Amino acid sequence: MERQRKAVALISGGLDSLLAAKVMLDQGIHVEGINFFTGFCVEGHTHAIRKKDKDKQKRNNALWSAEQLGIKLHIVDIIEEYKDIVINPKHGYGKNLNPCLDCKIFMVKKAYEWIQEHDFDFIITGEVIGQRPMSQRKEILPVVANESGAEDLLLRPLCAKNLPETKVEREGWVDREKLHDFSGRNRKPQMALAKAMNFEDYATPAGGCCFLTDKSYSKKLGDLWEHRGEKKYELDDIMLLKVGRHIRPNERFKMIVSREEGENHFLQGYRKQFDSLQILNFGGPMTLVDGITSDEDCEVAAKIVARYSQGKHEKSVTVEYRRKDGEVFEINVAPFKGDEIPEIWHV
Amino acid sequence: MIELDARKLFCPMPVIKMQDEVAKHPVGTLIRICSSDPGALNDIPAWARIHGHKLIESETVEREYFVTVEVCEDK
Repeated sequence: MERQRKAVALISGGLDSLLAAKVMLDQGIHVEGINFFTGFCVEGHTHAIRKKDKDKQKRNNALWSAEQLGIKLHIVDIIEEYKDIVINPKHGYGKNLNPCLDCKIFMVKKAYEWIQEHDFDFIITGEVIGQRPMSQRKEILPVVANESGAEDLLLRPLCAKNLPETKVEREGWVDREKLHDFSGRNRKPQMALAKAMNFEDYATPAGGCCFLTDKSYSKKLGDLWEHRGEKKYELDDIMLLKVGRHIRPNERFKMIVSREEGENHFLQGYRKQFDSLQILNFGGPMTLVDGITSDEDCEVAAKIVARYSQGKHEKSVTVEYRRKDGEVFEINVAPFKGDEIPEIWHV
Repeated sequence: MIELDARKLFCPMPVIKMQDEVAKHPVGTLIRICSSDPGALNDIPAWARIHGHKLIESETVEREYFVTVEVCEDK
């Protein structure tokens, strides 16, 4: 009797990977999921930080998908290894600082290593030809299979009929006739399949699940690299880019001004790593300063923070400036008026 | 009981911490994690259910979230 074949599915938490895994389960394949954490994931972090998001349902969509499918999910921290993909993408960036093709190759390569270590037979993804402009074009899909090393052990159940046969199909591990021929950006076929499979609730992240596809986020990351003089980052850096207003009054320093209570609380955790400002006599935002400030810079920073405080219409506001080395002093300033903070300062 | 500190880490990092710790210990071991991310209250129990481990307790103490899991035979 033919042994049960085993596949690992790249589970992002979105609909396509959910469906691809279900198609395989329905063919009697043993499926386990794998999910890679890069540090740039959108959902959980912002919801965890921002108070206004506190009422939203907090769930990791990859875990949720795995539970719906009844499969195991292995979550892998690739933060360190992933830096090279973000900093030096061989195939370049997409519209923003999103290295989508290199990212896909890297994740399939990691999955290929995983199946070798765990004695699995093949890899499945939820890719659909033409679904995404950079990494899912028809001429690009073979590049992912080749450069990852997975070759024809990589099966895309949702669009397999539009692609050459893989070993998985040739060997009869799966029935090619029961695979799909989806293509393009139209989501209706996936939604119809979801309905047929009785999936009523699934994640539909607008603009994808990665911050690097976001124009505003990419601009902040580019600014960080430019002003540090090198393309490097740590996890704290990329977390802080997700939070607050980022304002750079000059080349010497950037401010991160919280927008609400949840961000206030989050930024307070960084007071030993950065200079920080707080309004003493009115409600106001917690603010971090990244860089080295002169006395004049401190006053400019205080005026900006005062502008975003409840004392913004007052003649004078008292601001506490706390340096990361522990020095603390107070500054009394007139808050900037709106037009005194030029648009160009906003990163 | 093994105590894990996942304060200041956001999901899925607390889940990864729990997952990696569970892999090191025999059946019956109790592992308690402290997280500052409320998402841990959903994600760690979900992870435990998927892998067949037992949720012993989850609680919120001010702004910190505690989840205790008993290592069971991996399904």
